[in-house]
Amino acid sequence: MAEPMLRLDGVQTDIGRYHILSGVDLEVPRGEVTMLLGRNGVGKTTTLRTIMGHWRAKAGRVLFDGQDIAKVPTPAIARMGVGFVPEDMGIFSDLTVEENMTLAAVSGPLAPARRDRIFAAFPPLAAFWRAPAGTLSGGQKQMLSIARAMAEERRLYLIDEPTKGLAPAIVSTMAQALRELKAEGASMLLVEQNFAVARALGDRAAVMEGGRVIWTGAMAELANDAALQERLMGLSVEGA
Amino acid sequence: MIQLFSGDGPRSRILALILIAIGLGLAFAPFLFPGVRALETAARICVFIVLAASYDLLLGYTGIVSFAHTMFFGLGAYGVALASTHIGRGFPALGAGTLAGLAAAVALALVIGLFSLRVRAIFFAMITLAVASAVTVLVSQLSALTGGEDGLVYQIPRALGPAMRLDLEIAGVTVTGKILNYYLVFCVALVLFLVMLRIVNSPFGRVLQAIRENDFRAEAIGYRVVRYRVTATCLSAGFAALAGSLWAIWLRYVGPGTTLSFEIMLDILLMVVIGGMGTIWGAAIGAVLMVLAQSYLQGLMGYAAGASEAMPILSRLLDPDRWLLWLGVLFILSVYFFPTGIVGRLRARAAR
Repeated sequence: MAEPMLRLDGVQTDIGRYHILSGVDLEVPRGEVTMLLGRNGVGKTTTLRTIMGHWRAKAGRVLFDGQDIAKVPTPAIARMGVGFVPEDMGIFSDLTVEENMTLAAVSGPLAPARRDRIFAAFPPLAAFWRAPAGTLSGGQKQMLSIARAMAEERRLYLIDEPTKGLAPAIVSTMAQALRELKAEGASMLLVEQNFAVARALGDRAAVMEGGRVIWTGAMAELANDAALQERLMGLSVEGA
Repeated sequence: MIQLFSGDGPRSRILALILIAIGLGLAFAPFLFPGVRALETAARICVFIVLAASYDLLLGYTGIVSFAHTMFFGLGAYGVALASTHIGRGFPALGAGTLAGLAAAVALALVIGLFSLRVRAIFFAMITLAVASAVTVLVSQLSALTGGEDGLVYQIPRALGPAMRLDLEIAGVTVTGKILNYYLVFCVALVLFLVMLRIVNSPFGRVLQAIRENDFRAEAIGYRVVRYRVTATCLSAGFAALAGSLWAIWLRYVGPGTTLSFEIMLDILLMVVIGGMGTIWGAAIGAVLMVLAQSYLQGLMGYAAGASEAMPILSRLLDPDRWLLWLGVLFILSVYFFPTGIVGRLRARAAR
Protein backbone atom coordinates (compact mmCIF):
# COMPACT_ATOMS: atom_id res chain seq x y z
CA MET A 1 0.00 0.00 0.00
CA ALA A 2 1.26 3.47 -0.85
CA GLU A 3 2.63 5.65 1.91
CA PRO A 4 -0.29 7.67 3.34
CA MET A 5 -0.21 11.44 2.98
CA LEU A 6 -0.17 11.77 6.75
CA ARG A 7 0.55 9.27 9.48
CA LEU A 8 0.60 9.80 13.23
CA ASP A 9 2.45 7.20 15.29
CA GLY A 10 1.82 7.23 19.03
CA VAL A 11 1.57 11.00 19.23
CA GLN A 12 1.38 12.38 22.76
CA THR A 13 0.71 16.04 23.45
CA ASP A 14 0.52 17.85 26.76
CA ILE A 15 -0.98 21.29 27.23
CA GLY A 16 0.42 22.62 30.47
CA ARG A 17 -0.02 19.86 33.05
CA TYR A 18 -2.76 18.13 31.11
CA HIS A 19 -2.17 15.09 28.94
CA ILE A 20 -4.46 15.77 26.02
CA LEU A 21 -3.23 13.24 23.46
CA SER A 22 -2.05 9.97 24.89
CA GLY A 23 -0.80 8.06 21.87
CA VAL A 24 -2.73 8.94 18.71
CA ASP A 25 -2.30 6.57 15.76
CA LEU A 26 -3.92 7.87 12.59
CA GLU A 27 -3.56 7.61 8.84
CA VAL A 28 -4.84 9.97 6.15
CA PRO A 29 -4.60 8.14 2.81
CA ARG A 30 -3.82 10.06 -0.37
CA GLY A 31 -6.77 11.48 -2.24
CA GLU A 32 -9.25 10.49 0.42
CA VAL A 33 -11.28 12.32 3.03
CA THR A 34 -10.74 11.09 6.57
CA MET A 35 -13.26 12.24 9.15
CA LEU A 36 -11.99 12.70 12.68
CA LEU A 37 -14.95 12.12 14.98
CA GLY A 38 -15.66 11.89 18.67
CA ARG A 39 -17.29 13.69 21.57
CA ASN A 40 -16.27 17.15 22.71
CA GLY A 41 -12.95 17.34 24.50
CA VAL A 42 -11.47 14.07 23.26
CA GLY A 43 -8.54 15.75 21.50
CA LYS A 44 -9.66 16.26 17.89
CA THR A 45 -8.65 19.92 17.70
CA THR A 46 -5.44 19.23 19.61
CA THR A 47 -4.60 16.53 17.05
CA LEU A 48 -4.90 19.05 14.20
CA ARG A 49 -2.90 21.65 16.12
CA THR A 50 -0.19 19.12 16.87
CA ILE A 51 0.08 18.26 13.19
CA MET A 52 0.48 21.99 12.41
CA GLY A 53 3.08 22.35 15.16
CA HIS A 54 1.08 24.82 17.26
CA TRP A 55 1.40 22.32 20.08
CA ARG A 56 4.49 20.19 20.08
CA ALA A 57 4.20 16.42 20.35
CA LYS A 58 5.96 15.20 23.47
CA ALA A 59 6.41 11.77 21.96
CA GLY A 60 5.58 9.97 18.73
CA ARG A 61 6.01 10.81 15.08
CA VAL A 62 4.04 12.97 12.67
CA LEU A 63 4.89 11.79 9.15
CA PHE A 64 3.82 14.05 6.30
CA ASP A 65 4.43 12.31 3.00
CA GLY A 66 6.98 10.15 4.77
CA GLN A 67 8.87 13.01 6.41
CA ASP A 68 8.78 13.53 10.17
CA ILE A 69 7.47 17.06 10.79
CA ALA A 70 7.08 16.82 14.57
CA LYS A 71 9.86 19.34 15.09
CA VAL A 72 9.44 21.43 11.93
CA PRO A 73 8.35 25.06 12.55
CA THR A 74 4.71 25.82 11.77
CA PRO A 75 5.36 28.19 8.83
CA ALA A 76 7.57 25.57 7.18
CA ILE A 77 4.83 22.94 7.59
CA ALA A 78 2.38 25.33 5.92
CA ARG A 79 4.80 25.94 3.06
CA MET A 80 5.20 22.21 2.54
CA GLY A 81 1.59 22.30 1.35
CA VAL A 82 -0.63 21.88 4.39
CA GLY A 83 -3.73 24.08 4.34
CA PHE A 84 -5.18 24.51 7.83
CA VAL A 85 -8.63 25.87 8.60
CA PRO A 86 -8.88 26.36 12.37
CA GLU A 87 -12.10 26.15 14.32
CA ASP A 88 -12.08 29.86 15.16
CA MET A 89 -11.64 30.68 11.43
CA GLY A 90 -8.85 33.14 12.25
CA ILE A 91 -9.58 35.54 9.43
CA PHE A 92 -7.79 38.88 9.48
CA SER A 93 -10.73 41.19 10.04
CA ASP A 94 -8.86 44.47 9.49
CA LEU A 95 -7.74 43.35 6.04
CA THR A 96 -10.00 43.08 3.02
CA VAL A 97 -11.22 39.77 1.64
CA GLU A 98 -8.80 40.23 -1.25
CA GLU A 99 -5.87 40.85 1.11
CA ASN A 100 -6.81 37.79 3.16
CA MET A 101 -6.73 35.69 -0.01
CA THR A 102 -3.51 37.24 -1.30
CA LEU A 103 -1.77 36.52 2.00
CA ALA A 104 -2.95 32.92 1.92
CA ALA A 105 -1.22 32.35 -1.44
CA VAL A 106 2.25 32.16 0.10
CA SER A 107 4.21 30.81 -2.82
CA GLY A 108 3.16 33.39 -5.41
CA PRO A 109 0.35 35.63 -6.57
CA LEU A 110 -3.19 34.32 -6.37
CA ALA A 111 -3.89 32.74 -9.78
CA PRO A 112 -6.92 34.26 -11.55
CA ALA A 113 -8.29 30.81 -12.41
CA ARG A 114 -8.16 29.81 -8.77
CA ARG A 115 -9.81 33.06 -7.74
CA ASP A 116 -12.64 32.46 -10.20
CA ARG A 117 -13.12 28.96 -8.87
CA ILE A 118 -13.36 30.29 -5.34
CA PHE A 119 -15.87 32.92 -6.49
CA ALA A 120 -17.94 30.17 -8.08
CA ALA A 121 -17.90 28.10 -4.87
CA PHE A 122 -18.49 31.07 -2.56
CA PRO A 123 -20.29 33.88 -4.46
CA PRO A 124 -20.46 36.25 -1.43
CA LEU A 125 -16.66 36.53 -1.47
CA ALA A 126 -16.82 38.03 -4.96
CA ALA A 127 -19.41 40.55 -3.81
CA PHE A 128 -17.35 41.62 -0.78
CA TRP A 129 -13.91 41.25 -2.40
CA ARG A 130 -12.75 44.74 -1.43
CA ALA A 131 -14.58 44.93 1.91
CA PRO A 132 -12.85 44.48 5.27
CA ALA A 133 -13.22 40.83 6.28
CA GLY A 134 -14.45 41.96 9.70
CA THR A 135 -17.69 43.17 8.11
CA LEU A 136 -18.61 39.72 6.77
CA SER A 137 -21.31 37.58 8.42
CA GLY A 138 -20.33 34.46 10.36
CA GLY A 139 -21.06 32.16 7.43
CA GLN A 140 -19.15 34.37 5.00
CA LYS A 141 -16.18 34.42 7.37
CA GLN A 142 -16.20 30.63 7.37
CA MET A 143 -16.32 30.67 3.56
CA LEU A 144 -13.32 32.97 3.53
CA SER A 145 -11.52 30.73 5.98
CA ILE A 146 -11.96 27.71 3.71
CA ALA A 147 -11.29 29.76 0.59
CA ARG A 148 -7.94 30.78 2.08
CA ALA A 149 -6.96 27.15 2.37
CA MET A 150 -7.94 26.78 -1.31
CA ALA A 151 -5.84 29.79 -2.41
CA GLU A 152 -3.14 27.41 -3.60
CA GLU A 153 -2.79 23.78 -4.44
CA ARG A 154 -2.26 22.00 -1.12
CA ARG A 155 -1.12 18.46 -0.56
CA LEU A 156 -3.18 18.10 2.58
CA TYR A 157 -6.11 19.97 4.08
CA LEU A 158 -6.75 20.05 7.81
CA ILE A 159 -10.20 21.45 8.47
CA ASP A 160 -11.68 21.91 11.93
CA GLU A 161 -15.48 21.96 12.18
CA PRO A 162 -16.28 23.86 8.99
CA THR A 163 -20.04 23.81 9.56
CA LYS A 164 -20.15 24.66 13.24
CA GLY A 165 -22.83 27.16 14.13
CA LEU A 166 -23.82 27.86 10.53
CA ALA A 167 -27.28 28.19 9.01
CA PRO A 168 -28.40 25.10 7.03
CA ALA A 169 -28.18 26.90 3.67
CA ILE A 170 -24.56 27.82 4.35
CA VAL A 171 -23.78 24.33 5.60
CA SER A 172 -24.80 22.97 2.20
CA THR A 173 -22.66 25.58 0.38
CA MET A 174 -19.75 24.52 2.55
CA ALA A 175 -20.38 20.82 1.99
CA GLN A 176 -20.62 21.39 -1.77
CA ALA A 177 -17.28 23.22 -1.81
CA LEU A 178 -15.64 20.43 0.15
CA ARG A 179 -17.17 17.84 -2.19
CA GLU A 180 -15.61 19.66 -5.16
CA LEU A 181 -12.27 19.71 -3.42
CA LYS A 182 -12.62 15.99 -2.79
CA ALA A 183 -13.54 15.36 -6.42
CA GLU A 184 -10.21 16.92 -7.42
CA GLY A 185 -8.46 14.27 -5.40
CA ALA A 186 -7.48 16.32 -2.36
CA SER A 187 -6.30 14.57 0.79
CA MET A 188 -8.25 15.86 3.76
CA LEU A 189 -8.51 15.38 7.48
CA LEU A 190 -11.77 16.84 8.64
CA VAL A 191 -13.15 17.29 12.13
CA GLU A 192 -16.91 17.42 11.85
CA GLN A 193 -19.69 17.22 14.45
CA ASN A 194 -22.47 17.29 11.89
CA PHE A 195 -22.82 13.59 11.19
CA ALA A 196 -24.88 14.09 8.04
CA VAL A 197 -22.07 16.15 6.52
CA ALA A 198 -19.49 13.67 7.75
CA ARG A 199 -21.35 10.78 6.22
CA ALA A 200 -21.74 12.55 2.89
CA LEU A 201 -18.10 13.59 2.61
CA GLY A 202 -16.02 10.99 4.38
CA ASP A 203 -14.28 8.03 2.80
CA ARG A 204 -12.83 6.88 6.07
CA ALA A 205 -13.46 7.71 9.71
CA ALA A 206 -11.36 7.73 12.84
CA VAL A 207 -13.12 8.01 16.18
CA MET A 208 -11.29 9.46 19.17
CA GLU A 209 -11.90 8.93 22.86
CA GLY A 210 -9.74 10.01 25.78
CA GLY A 211 -6.86 11.33 23.69
CA ARG A 212 -6.46 8.34 21.37
CA VAL A 213 -8.05 6.88 18.27
CA ILE A 214 -10.25 3.98 19.31
CA TRP A 215 -11.74 2.98 15.97
CA THR A 216 -10.85 3.42 12.31
CA GLY A 217 -12.62 2.11 9.28
CA ALA A 218 -14.75 3.03 6.30
CA MET A 219 -17.14 5.91 6.86
CA ALA A 220 -19.95 3.87 5.28
CA GLU A 221 -19.44 1.12 7.83
CA LEU A 222 -19.84 3.53 10.73
CA ALA A 223 -22.71 5.36 9.08
CA ASN A 224 -24.70 2.17 8.61
CA ASP A 225 -24.16 0.76 12.07
CA ALA A 226 -26.20 2.63 14.66
CA ALA A 227 -25.04 0.32 17.46
CA LEU A 228 -21.41 1.07 16.61
CA GLN A 229 -22.08 4.81 16.64
CA GLU A 230 -23.83 4.50 19.98
CA ARG A 231 -20.89 2.58 21.41
CA LEU A 232 -18.16 4.85 19.98
CA MET A 233 -19.66 8.27 20.28
CA GLY A 234 -22.63 7.80 22.55
CA LEU A 235 -24.99 9.06 19.93
CA SER A 236 -27.49 7.57 17.63
CA VAL A 237 -28.10 9.47 14.46
CA GLU A 238 -30.92 7.48 13.00
CA GLY A 239 -32.46 9.66 10.38
CA ALA A 240 -29.81 12.34 10.76
CA MET B 1 0.12 61.04 -6.47
CA ILE B 2 0.06 59.62 -2.96
CA GLN B 3 -2.83 57.43 -4.00
CA LEU B 4 -0.74 56.08 -6.86
CA PHE B 5 2.27 55.68 -4.65
CA SER B 6 0.72 53.61 -1.91
CA GLY B 7 -2.86 52.78 -2.80
CA ASP B 8 -3.82 53.99 0.67
CA GLY B 9 -5.50 57.35 0.30
CA PRO B 10 -6.97 59.34 3.18
CA ARG B 11 -10.42 57.83 2.37
CA SER B 12 -12.26 60.80 3.85
CA ARG B 13 -12.76 64.21 2.31
CA ILE B 14 -12.27 66.07 5.58
CA LEU B 15 -9.13 64.08 6.30
CA ALA B 16 -7.81 64.80 2.81
CA LEU B 17 -8.39 68.52 3.30
CA ILE B 18 -6.66 68.48 6.69
CA LEU B 19 -3.69 66.63 5.23
CA ILE B 20 -3.44 68.99 2.27
CA ALA B 21 -3.55 71.93 4.69
CA ILE B 22 -0.78 70.38 6.79
CA GLY B 23 1.31 69.63 3.69
CA LEU B 24 0.93 73.13 2.25
CA GLY B 25 1.40 74.75 5.64
CA LEU B 26 4.67 72.91 6.17
CA ALA B 27 5.85 73.37 2.58
CA PHE B 28 5.49 77.16 2.77
CA ALA B 29 5.95 77.59 6.52
CA PRO B 30 8.92 80.01 6.35
CA PHE B 31 6.87 82.42 4.24
CA LEU B 32 3.36 81.82 5.62
CA PHE B 33 4.40 82.04 9.27
CA PRO B 34 7.51 84.20 9.47
CA GLY B 35 9.41 84.32 12.72
CA VAL B 36 11.89 82.13 14.54
CA ARG B 37 9.34 80.50 16.83
CA ALA B 38 7.03 79.47 13.99
CA LEU B 39 9.91 78.00 12.02
CA GLU B 40 11.09 76.06 15.08
CA THR B 41 7.59 74.67 15.49
CA ALA B 42 7.33 73.72 11.81
CA ALA B 43 10.67 71.90 11.88
CA ARG B 44 9.67 70.14 15.08
CA ILE B 45 6.43 69.04 13.41
CA CYS B 46 8.34 67.62 10.40
CA VAL B 47 10.72 65.63 12.62
CA PHE B 48 7.98 64.36 14.92
CA ILE B 49 5.79 63.29 12.02
CA VAL B 50 8.58 60.94 10.94
CA LEU B 51 9.23 59.83 14.51
CA ALA B 52 5.56 59.16 15.30
CA ALA B 53 5.02 57.41 11.96
CA SER B 54 8.03 55.17 12.58
CA TYR B 55 6.61 54.29 16.00
CA ASP B 56 3.25 53.52 14.44
CA LEU B 57 5.01 51.08 12.11
CA LEU B 58 5.76 49.11 15.26
CA LEU B 59 2.80 49.82 17.55
CA GLY B 60 -0.03 50.29 15.08
CA TYR B 61 0.94 47.96 12.26
CA THR B 62 2.83 45.20 14.04
CA GLY B 63 1.24 45.41 17.49
CA ILE B 64 4.57 45.59 19.30
CA VAL B 65 4.90 47.93 22.30
CA SER B 66 8.37 49.43 22.57
CA PHE B 67 9.70 51.95 25.05
CA ALA B 68 13.03 52.32 23.29
CA HIS B 69 11.95 54.50 20.44
CA THR B 70 13.59 57.63 21.82
CA MET B 71 16.79 55.61 22.20
CA PHE B 72 16.89 55.03 18.44
CA PHE B 73 15.95 58.68 17.89
CA GLY B 74 18.82 59.62 20.20
CA LEU B 75 21.29 57.35 18.42
CA GLY B 76 20.62 59.18 15.17
CA ALA B 77 20.94 62.56 16.86
CA TYR B 78 24.13 61.71 18.75
CA GLY B 79 25.58 60.23 15.56
CA VAL B 80 25.36 63.62 13.86
CA ALA B 81 26.52 65.46 16.99
CA LEU B 82 29.56 63.25 17.56
CA ALA B 83 30.55 63.25 13.89
CA SER B 84 30.22 67.03 13.70
CA THR B 85 32.28 67.40 16.87
CA HIS B 86 35.05 65.02 15.86
CA ILE B 87 35.19 65.20 12.06
CA GLY B 88 34.53 68.91 12.04
CA ARG B 89 31.97 71.18 10.49
CA GLY B 90 30.73 70.11 7.07
CA PHE B 91 28.36 67.98 5.07
CA PRO B 92 30.60 64.87 5.20
CA ALA B 93 30.25 64.92 8.99
CA LEU B 94 26.47 65.15 8.72
CA GLY B 95 26.40 62.25 6.27
CA ALA B 96 28.80 60.09 8.24
CA GLY B 97 27.00 60.82 11.52
CA THR B 98 23.63 60.01 10.02
CA LEU B 99 24.87 56.73 8.59
CA ALA B 100 26.62 55.75 11.82
CA GLY B 101 23.54 56.55 13.89
CA LEU B 102 21.36 54.60 11.47
CA ALA B 103 23.66 51.58 11.55
CA ALA B 104 23.89 51.62 15.35
CA ALA B 105 20.10 51.87 15.72
CA VAL B 106 19.39 49.04 13.28
CA ALA B 107 22.05 46.81 14.84
CA LEU B 108 20.75 47.42 18.36
CA ALA B 109 17.17 46.84 17.25
CA LEU B 110 18.24 43.57 15.62
CA VAL B 111 19.89 42.34 18.81
CA ILE B 112 16.98 43.37 21.04
CA GLY B 113 14.49 41.89 18.58
CA LEU B 114 16.27 38.56 18.20
CA PHE B 115 16.60 38.19 21.95
CA SER B 116 13.13 39.17 22.99
CA LEU B 117 10.63 38.89 20.15
CA ARG B 118 10.57 35.11 20.27
CA VAL B 119 8.63 35.27 23.48
CA ARG B 120 5.62 37.26 24.53
CA ALA B 121 5.19 40.89 23.56
CA ILE B 122 5.22 42.14 27.15
CA PHE B 123 8.75 40.81 27.52
CA PHE B 124 9.85 42.88 24.54
CA ALA B 125 8.31 45.98 26.13
CA MET B 126 10.19 45.35 29.37
CA ILE B 127 13.49 44.71 27.59
CA THR B 128 13.18 47.92 25.58
CA LEU B 129 12.41 49.85 28.76
CA ALA B 130 15.50 48.43 30.45
CA VAL B 131 17.83 49.01 27.48
CA ALA B 132 16.52 52.54 26.94
CA SER B 133 17.04 53.42 30.60
CA ALA B 134 20.53 51.97 30.52
CA VAL B 135 21.42 53.99 27.41
CA THR B 136 20.07 57.19 28.98
CA VAL B 137 22.19 56.62 32.10
CA LEU B 138 25.19 55.76 29.95
CA VAL B 139 24.83 58.96 27.92
CA SER B 140 24.63 61.03 31.11
CA GLN B 141 27.63 59.29 32.66
CA LEU B 142 29.98 59.21 29.67
CA SER B 143 30.28 62.96 29.76
CA ALA B 144 33.72 62.99 28.15
CA LEU B 145 32.18 61.58 24.99
CA THR B 146 28.57 62.74 25.07
CA GLY B 147 28.75 65.92 27.11
CA GLY B 148 26.66 64.26 29.82
CA GLU B 149 23.57 66.14 30.95
CA ASP B 150 24.80 69.29 29.22
CA GLY B 151 24.78 67.57 25.85
CA LEU B 152 26.81 68.61 22.84
CA VAL B 153 26.82 71.87 20.93
CA TYR B 154 28.44 71.69 17.52
CA GLN B 155 28.59 73.55 14.25
CA ILE B 156 26.79 72.57 11.09
CA PRO B 157 27.74 73.69 7.57
CA ARG B 158 27.59 77.46 7.13
CA ALA B 159 25.05 77.08 4.34
CA LEU B 160 22.52 75.80 6.85
CA GLY B 161 23.11 78.42 9.55
CA PRO B 162 21.17 81.64 10.24
CA ALA B 163 24.23 83.79 9.44
CA MET B 164 24.17 82.80 5.78
CA ARG B 165 21.90 85.13 3.82
CA LEU B 166 20.97 84.74 0.19
CA ASP B 167 20.36 87.78 -1.91
CA LEU B 168 16.81 86.61 -2.32
CA GLU B 169 13.57 87.76 -0.83
CA ILE B 170 10.33 85.80 -1.10
CA ALA B 171 7.06 87.23 0.21
CA GLY B 172 9.00 89.77 2.20
CA VAL B 173 11.20 87.17 3.87
CA THR B 174 14.94 87.08 3.24
CA VAL B 175 16.08 83.53 2.52
CA THR B 176 18.67 82.52 5.09
CA GLY B 177 20.63 79.35 5.76
CA LYS B 178 18.11 78.61 8.48
CA ILE B 179 15.36 78.47 5.86
CA LEU B 180 17.50 76.21 3.68
CA ASN B 181 18.02 74.04 6.73
CA TYR B 182 14.26 73.94 7.23
CA TYR B 183 13.79 72.79 3.63
CA LEU B 184 16.38 70.10 4.13
CA VAL B 185 14.40 68.87 7.14
CA PHE B 186 11.09 69.20 5.32
CA CYS B 187 12.19 67.40 2.14
CA VAL B 188 13.91 64.52 3.92
CA ALA B 189 10.92 64.14 6.28
CA LEU B 190 8.55 64.10 3.32
CA VAL B 191 10.56 61.41 1.54
CA LEU B 192 10.81 59.29 4.70
CA PHE B 193 7.09 59.66 5.29
CA LEU B 194 6.26 58.53 1.74
CA VAL B 195 8.63 55.59 2.02
CA MET B 196 6.94 54.48 5.25
CA LEU B 197 3.54 54.89 3.62
CA ARG B 198 4.76 52.63 0.83
CA ILE B 199 6.13 50.05 3.26
CA VAL B 200 2.96 49.68 5.28
CA ASN B 201 0.90 49.31 2.12
CA SER B 202 3.20 46.74 0.56
CA PRO B 203 2.67 42.98 0.86
CA PHE B 204 5.16 43.12 3.73
CA GLY B 205 2.92 45.62 5.53
CA ARG B 206 -0.09 43.37 5.03
CA VAL B 207 1.74 40.48 6.67
CA LEU B 208 2.57 42.75 9.62
CA GLN B 209 -1.10 43.60 10.00
CA ALA B 210 -2.03 39.94 9.80
CA ILE B 211 0.52 39.13 12.52
CA ARG B 212 -0.82 41.93 14.70
CA GLU B 213 -4.29 40.51 14.45
CA ASN B 214 -3.56 36.80 14.82
CA ASP B 215 0.04 35.67 14.97
CA PHE B 216 -0.84 31.98 15.28
CA ARG B 217 -2.87 32.16 12.12
CA ALA B 218 -0.15 34.05 10.24
CA GLU B 219 2.27 31.27 11.18
CA ALA B 220 -0.16 28.57 10.11
CA ILE B 221 -0.45 30.25 6.71
CA GLY B 222 3.31 30.13 6.34
CA TYR B 223 4.79 33.41 7.59
CA ARG B 224 7.69 33.39 10.00
CA VAL B 225 6.34 35.73 12.61
CA VAL B 226 9.63 36.34 14.42
CA ARG B 227 11.41 37.31 11.22
CA TYR B 228 8.70 39.80 10.28
CA ARG B 229 8.59 41.27 13.78
CA VAL B 230 12.36 41.69 13.89
CA THR B 231 12.38 43.30 10.44
CA ALA B 232 9.65 45.72 11.48
CA THR B 233 11.59 46.58 14.64
CA CYS B 234 14.75 47.29 12.62
CA LEU B 235 12.89 49.39 10.05
CA SER B 236 11.16 51.37 12.75
CA ALA B 237 14.45 51.95 14.58
CA GLY B 238 16.12 53.04 11.34
CA PHE B 239 13.46 55.64 10.56
CA ALA B 240 13.58 56.90 14.16
CA ALA B 241 17.35 57.30 13.90
CA LEU B 242 16.99 59.27 10.66
CA ALA B 243 14.44 61.52 12.36
CA GLY B 244 16.98 61.98 15.17
CA SER B 245 19.68 62.97 12.70
CA LEU B 246 17.37 65.56 11.15
CA TRP B 247 16.55 66.89 14.59
CA ALA B 248 20.25 67.20 15.42
CA ILE B 249 20.98 68.98 12.14
CA TRP B 250 18.17 71.40 12.84
CA LEU B 251 18.89 72.08 16.53
CA ARG B 252 22.71 72.17 16.38
CA TYR B 253 22.53 70.74 19.89
CA VAL B 254 21.79 67.34 21.38
CA GLY B 255 21.23 66.44 24.99
CA PRO B 256 19.44 63.69 26.89
CA GLY B 257 16.47 65.98 27.43
CA THR B 258 15.89 66.75 23.75
CA THR B 259 16.33 63.24 22.36
CA LEU B 260 16.34 60.46 24.95
CA SER B 261 13.92 61.50 27.67
CA PHE B 262 10.92 59.46 28.68
CA GLU B 263 8.74 62.55 28.19
CA ILE B 264 9.45 62.40 24.47
CA MET B 265 8.59 58.69 24.48
CA LEU B 266 5.21 59.54 26.01
CA ASP B 267 4.72 62.35 23.48
CA ILE B 268 5.26 59.91 20.62
CA LEU B 269 2.83 57.45 22.17
CA LEU B 270 0.21 60.18 22.53
CA MET B 271 0.73 61.37 18.95
CA VAL B 272 0.14 57.89 17.60
CA VAL B 273 -2.91 57.25 19.81
CA ILE B 274 -4.52 60.65 19.17
CA GLY B 275 -3.98 60.47 15.43
CA GLY B 276 -5.07 56.86 15.17
CA MET B 277 -3.01 53.70 15.55
CA GLY B 278 -2.38 51.63 12.47
CA THR B 279 -2.46 54.50 10.00
CA ILE B 280 0.60 56.48 9.00
CA TRP B 281 -1.67 59.45 8.26
CA GLY B 282 -2.78 59.39 11.89
CA ALA B 283 0.80 59.77 13.07
CA ALA B 284 1.08 62.94 10.98
CA ILE B 285 -2.09 64.46 12.40
CA GLY B 286 -1.20 63.45 15.96
CA ALA B 287 2.26 64.96 15.64
CA VAL B 288 0.88 68.26 14.32
CA LEU B 289 -1.69 68.51 17.11
CA MET B 290 0.73 67.60 19.89
CA VAL B 291 3.50 69.92 18.77
CA LEU B 292 1.08 72.80 18.24
CA ALA B 293 -0.45 72.21 21.67
CA GLN B 294 2.99 72.06 23.30
CA SER B 295 4.13 75.20 21.53
CA TYR B 296 1.05 77.37 21.73
CA LEU B 297 -1.30 76.08 24.42
CA GLN B 298 0.63 77.92 27.12
CA GLY B 299 0.41 81.21 25.24
CA LEU B 300 -3.24 80.66 24.45
CA MET B 301 -3.97 79.99 28.09
CA GLY B 302 -2.13 83.11 29.18
CA TYR B 303 -4.37 85.05 26.84
CA ALA B 304 -7.51 83.28 28.11
CA ALA B 305 -6.48 83.81 31.74
CA GLY B 306 -6.09 87.54 31.06
CA ALA B 307 -9.46 87.70 29.33
CA SER B 308 -11.23 85.91 32.18
CA GLU B 309 -9.79 87.97 35.02
CA ALA B 310 -13.33 88.89 36.06
CA MET B 311 -13.93 85.25 37.03
CA PRO B 312 -11.17 84.43 39.53
CA ILE B 313 -11.64 80.65 39.62
CA LEU B 314 -11.66 80.29 35.83
CA SER B 315 -8.77 82.67 35.53
CA ARG B 316 -6.71 80.63 37.98
CA LEU B 317 -7.64 77.39 36.24
CA LEU B 318 -6.46 78.88 32.97
CA ASP B 319 -3.14 80.03 34.44
CA PRO B 320 -0.43 79.27 31.85
CA ASP B 321 1.45 77.21 34.44
CA ARG B 322 -1.39 74.70 34.35
CA TRP B 323 -0.99 73.99 30.65
CA LEU B 324 0.09 70.39 31.24
CA LEU B 325 -3.12 69.77 33.17
CA TRP B 326 -5.14 70.98 30.20
CA LEU B 327 -3.05 68.97 27.79
CA GLY B 328 -3.92 65.93 29.91
CA VAL B 329 -7.61 66.83 29.82
CA LEU B 330 -7.44 67.24 26.05
CA PHE B 331 -5.78 63.84 25.76
CA ILE B 332 -8.43 62.11 27.87
CA LEU B 333 -11.21 63.77 25.88
CA SER B 334 -9.66 62.83 22.57
CA VAL B 335 -9.25 59.18 23.59
CA TYR B 336 -12.81 59.16 24.93
CA PHE B 337 -14.39 60.67 21.84
CA PHE B 338 -12.02 59.22 19.24
CA PRO B 339 -11.07 55.75 20.50
CA THR B 340 -9.85 54.85 17.02
CA GLY B 341 -8.00 58.14 16.74
CA ILE B 342 -8.88 61.13 14.63
CA VAL B 343 -8.19 59.32 11.37
CA GLY B 344 -10.22 56.28 12.40
CA ARG B 345 -13.14 58.52 13.32
CA LEU B 346 -13.02 60.55 10.12
CA ARG B 347 -12.76 57.43 7.97
CA ALA B 348 -15.68 55.78 9.77
CA ARG B 349 -17.70 58.94 9.16
CA ALA B 350 -16.84 58.95 5.48
CA ALA B 351 -17.68 55.25 5.13
CA ARG B 352 -21.21 55.80 6.41
